[in-house]
Amino acid sequence: MKPVFALVDCNNFYASCERLFRPDLHGRPIVVLSNNDGCVVARSAEAKLLGIKMGVPYFKIKDEYQAMGGVVFSSNYALYADISSRVMQVLEMLSPKVEVYSIDEAFIDVSGIQSLTPLSVFGAELQSTVARWVGINVGVGIAPTKTLAKLANYAAKRWPATGGVVDLTNPVRQKKLLQLVPVEEVWGIGRRLAKQLNAMGIHTAWQLAQANSKVIRRQFSVVVERTVCELNGESCLGLDEGLGPKQQLISSRSFGEKITELAPLCQAVSQYACRAAEKLRLQHSYCRLVQVFVRTSPFAPNQPYYSNSALTVLNVPSNDSRELVQAAQQCLTQIWRPGYRYQKAGVMLTDFWPAGTYQASLFDEVSPKPRSKQLMAAMDKINRSGKGRIFLAAEGIQTDWKMKREYLSPAYTTRISDLPKVT
Amino acid sequence: MAVLLGKLEAGMHQILPLLLDRASCGFPSPAQDYVEQGIDLNDYCIRHPAATYLVRASGDSMINAGIYPGDLLVVDRSVEARHGQIVIASVNGEMTCKRLELRPIVRLMAANPDYAAIVPSEGVTLEIFGVVTNLVRKLSL
Repeated sequence: MKPVFALVDCNNFYASCERLFRPDLHGRPIVVLSNNDGCVVARSAEAKLLGIKMGVPYFKIKDEYQAMGGVVFSSNYALYADISSRVMQVLEMLSPKVEVYSIDEAFIDVSGIQSLTPLSVFGAELQSTVARWVGINVGVGIAPTKTLAKLANYAAKRWPATGGVVDLTNPVRQKKLLQLVPVEEVWGIGRRLAKQLNAMGIHTAWQLAQANSKVIRRQFSVVVERTVCELNGESCLGLDEGLGPKQQLISSRSFGEKITELAPLCQAVSQYACRAAEKLRLQHSYCRLVQVFVRTSPFAPNQPYYSNSALTVLNVPSNDSRELVQAAQQCLTQIWRPGYRYQKAGVMLTDFWPAGTYQASLFDEVSPKPRSKQLMAAMDKINRSGKGRIFLAAEGIQTDWKMKREYLSPAYTTRISDLPKVT
Repeated sequence: MAVLLGKLEAGMHQILPLLLDRASCGFPSPAQDYVEQGIDLNDYCIRHPAATYLVRASGDSMINAGIYPGDLLVVDRSVEARHGQIVIASVNGEMTCKRLELRPIVRLMAANPDYAAIVPSEGVTLEIFGVVTNLVRKLSL
């Protein structure tokens, strides 16, 4: 049986979540800001129409945007994560195999559905059920490969006449769409790759599909070669197969208020290390390099600028929060200088190893903490349960350096004190 | 910051043991207590977790239907709203709890004579958020 994939993604997800319990915001422009209320990370359809650009620093547009009646929210991840899990539950109810790809996207294996119902009808069913059950609108792209399903979904969003559902199983339609789509819109082709492809005369997805895959492999990588095959309708990626686990993880934040003391900075760095460690365990990797950076604001007038980073190499790759925090703290003591107003810090983990693949040398002090794996698993389980958080004391209890979240909406669905009010 | 979050999720709830006390007639025997099964209030109140939201009532427009200010309402979006059911609807940019009537005309009725019926104006579709399936009230003891 030939595989068929659907990609379902939520329209303007964060903005839609913010509107769900606020009928008074119907038809009004909404933007959602990144951590610390820095940049615009999501826009409702109305905000897009106003010409608000993705990623623009909010302070640059604030006055003009509010004068136009725009509404702004800080990122409310408690809300978005809950609504996301509802969307995914509904998709799992309607289809046997679902791969949650990101907070607002899922791939679905719909092979064989055709024999029961036309694919476009099935797509519309997914769309209407999610809308009714959860209250979120989705777009659906259906195609014989994941890469083409991504493009079908792009078309569903781009052209309203499609009703948000595009069945791209027909090769004639595939060719038509690929000719219309710029190469940088193809899944896995970023801006950087697109530039190189443009230089080779490849501007559209169709031209990439027509390229000689051997040449592409030599010039770029096996990953891009796979993309070429996928564009030609040859499925190379199954569910849960994508671009592989990440090869570096960064956890970093700007502080709501500048930090001048070592203790709170140390807490912040410890917390970032823990967050990165959590992500590392989620993809079952172990890392060897822990890097920490700190910096003051480059824009603060009359303040000395300072930026530095340091690196610790672990004897043996680890994903134990305690070891990574210790390494991060060692880094910090090397680069900490008093007398500065720190604005941002971050932890980067690199040099990943899958479990059990690292060959320790004879002289390595291999003493992984006893039962580390079980302890971390227990910690992660508690922290994912939604019942509360368990954390290392090093992360600090009173974190007043925490993010600026001036425009935060209530945790409508996850906190009993924040439930929506009805009259 | 430890924040306790309540969530509608099967599999993470208190099971209340249900003690079955069976005394057979004629044979006085010590009552055999044994745990038959748990009672799960989520199961009892929530048929479709993914489609169920909790909201808090305010005001007294539904007082004669037994809905008091501060009550917690369980709202299911997945069930079709029928005539006579209590629903949550969006009216003039507000979420409101009313009884839905479909005949003779479509309108939202308060359960309190002080409130007028809400009739959607010509050509306006009534936006129903969901159907109220349960009412949860804490009694102050």
